[in-house]
Amino acid sequence: MNKVQKRRLTYVIFFLVGLGAAASLIFYALNQNLNAFVTPSQLAERNINKDYQIRLGGMVKKGSIKRNPDSLQVEFIVTDLKKDITVTYNGILPDLFHEEKGVIAQGKMNAHGTFAASQILAKHDENYMPKNVYQEMRKNNA
Amino acid sequence: MLNFFGTIALWCALAFSVIQSIPPIIGHFRNSKRLLAAARPAAYGQFFSVLCAYILLTTAFITSDFSIAYVGMNSHPLLPFMYRLTAVWGGHEGSILLWILLVNIWTVIFTLFERNNALLPLTTAILGVVNFCFLLFLIFTSNPFLPADRLLTGSDLNPLLQDPGFVIHPPMLYTGYVGFAVAFAITQAALLRNEVNQAWAFVTRRYALAAWCFLTFGIMLGSWWAYRVLGWGGFWFWDPVENASLLPWLAGTALIHVLLITEKRGAVKSWAVLLAIISFALSLLGTFLVRSGVLISAHTFASDPSRGVFLLILLAIIFTISLALFLSHLQSLQAPKSAAFGIISRESGLLINSGLLIIAMLTILLGTIYPLIIDALQMEPISVGAPYFNMVMTPLLFILMTVMGIGPLCKWQQQSINILLKKLLKNAAISIIAAIALLFGVTNSLSISAVISLTLSIFIIMSLYGSFRIKPGMFFAHLGFAVLIIGILLSSLLNQELEVKLKPGTSAHLGPYQFFFVDLSIANGSNYRGVRTTFDVMKEKRKVAVLQPEKRIYFVRDMVMSKVDIHPSIFRDLYISLGEPLDDNAWSVRIYYKPFIRWIWAGSVIMIFGGILSIIGYNNGRRS
Repeated sequence: MNKVQKRRLTYVIFFLVGLGAAASLIFYALNQNLNAFVTPSQLAERNINKDYQIRLGGMVKKGSIKRNPDSLQVEFIVTDLKKDITVTYNGILPDLFHEEKGVIAQGKMNAHGTFAASQILAKHDENYMPKNVYQEMRKNNA
Repeated sequence: MLNFFGTIALWCALAFSVIQSIPPIIGHFRNSKRLLAAARPAAYGQFFSVLCAYILLTTAFITSDFSIAYVGMNSHPLLPFMYRLTAVWGGHEGSILLWILLVNIWTVIFTLFERNNALLPLTTAILGVVNFCFLLFLIFTSNPFLPADRLLTGSDLNPLLQDPGFVIHPPMLYTGYVGFAVAFAITQAALLRNEVNQAWAFVTRRYALAAWCFLTFGIMLGSWWAYRVLGWGGFWFWDPVENASLLPWLAGTALIHVLLITEKRGAVKSWAVLLAIISFALSLLGTFLVRSGVLISAHTFASDPSRGVFLLILLAIIFTISLALFLSHLQSLQAPKSAAFGIISRESGLLINSGLLIIAMLTILLGTIYPLIIDALQMEPISVGAPYFNMVMTPLLFILMTVMGIGPLCKWQQQSINILLKKLLKNAAISIIAAIALLFGVTNSLSISAVISLTLSIFIIMSLYGSFRIKPGMFFAHLGFAVLIIGILLSSLLNQELEVKLKPGTSAHLGPYQFFFVDLSIANGSNYRGVRTTFDVMKEKRKVAVLQPEKRIYFVRDMVMSKVDIHPSIFRDLYISLGEPLDDNAWSVRIYYKPFIRWIWAGSVIMIFGGILSIIGYNNGRRS
């Protein structure tokens, strides 16, 4: 092996070690920050760790939105037409949040069996819904 | 009528693209000058046909010709004139037509500027191949001139896109994407002719720089648009579509740095060629991700799977062929002996940073397509949150910035360690002291990551000392990057926000400001109904600004939208966004006090200015 090849080999090894270290850190970070999409039925069936951040997807049930008159506290029911779950949220709801429209609530289950949302997403696409939530709802509707 | 001529123009363009690509490529292998010479006139012909098609489509939008399905889907008789022009590329079909038109414009510019370049015919031919594929895609899966099967009154342009910031954002972004097609085409031509040399790097770098400037500008406009329109006060959301534009930017940044080594020293040719291929592949991937609807994102526009599949196949074919060409010519990409360099040298600095940029690109790519991989494996759908990106990008950014602060101090080939260490110690000491003093002065608190990022920003600025006259391009590009980082850091550190319920006549406090809700009025537009609120902003009993955020309902799409109002200044923005109407005239209101947020866009503008200076430097031949 001549000098040039040796130097090249060092570069390659450095690069690979760096890449390996980066990759392991990245997968660690990735696993920490994955949000699973679940429907109210799936949430009811499964025992999901209380500390786990989840994304609950479904439809806002008609007539279920209750506001606190003195604050921005709001409560509504997310349904997949089979199971209902009460979601609580403190803050401003997005423009596209409507009764009988798709919604995603990010947050955790609390001790009272309600879902405490830290973020409400109603995406710009009015027909937007995660695929499994959509399939689940179609099944329940049929 | 319009649709008939439009479709004819597209078919003409397709025919010209065949003449532009196939005879010159045959000519290259047969050594026939006559066949090679077909490229240039055919390129002009194609440009003219596509331009005609584009003008016809624009005319259809201006005259609201709803016999064309695409116009019906994206326009409305009540849509204001300016947005009719932008609605041309507001949907999928028109945006692909714009893509093709931009490739043509770049091709024409290239043929005009590089008239004496031996690579010209082949480069033009390869651009012809790219356009041929996209024209096929346009004509067969997404023809904008298809007649409407029933007469529509028009379903309007998405209200979120009816914003001045959005008028030029997509064309700028696409101009950037497409510019990398030129860099890619020159590279492929050079590989075919075995002319990957310093002259090649010189030409390629100029076009890559131009593409980079446009892409930077496009991304900047996108973030500015998100800040002003989405009403969440944020400027970057790690949304898949935003990531899709950042990927080619990172690869392109690596490319322009590595091409510098090849141009000056004739070294690392293979890495430069590979980066040119990657940059273009990522531009295609960006188009694919945005246009295929495979990602759950804030702005997936199309959701026809056949389009996504076509783009993916195209991406695979182009990438495979170009990689095969690259690998088969790898032997000819050996650097000359004279190009050797030591571990501590300008070359090493540039190389390390290009490696870091590519690692950053890969991490973002992984986070962006991970949900797709999981979905393909039939596992439960998941999404990757913004914390992932922040978590992995922060340490990478710190390393990148450290190297950015050292690299410019090194000489080409070999740098003496002692001299470098002396300079570094001085710079590091000054930046740490300055950063701590500044942070303590402005915020009264010190967090580790804040100190590190501010120190590194100042460290980068220190390393530019003395380079203003010799390398103005680098000076401004690096300075702009440091300003950008300072803006991101301070705006997130000092940001204050408040969500309150307010009635006319009441007020809220935020930071040193008081926001008085004065009154409500009706504000209707040609295609929406709206409510306008007026807020007086006071600071120590002095009126600083009047803000008038609005809430609108666009009736065609029955879509509610908040129009935020911002009072900008160099050191802080005041930002109000209306939430929802609550009982008895009260509204939920979101108020932000955002210091230093302007620095983000100011930094980007400075970076672009640096890029432009570099291009001008090339044209004057100063940097040979």
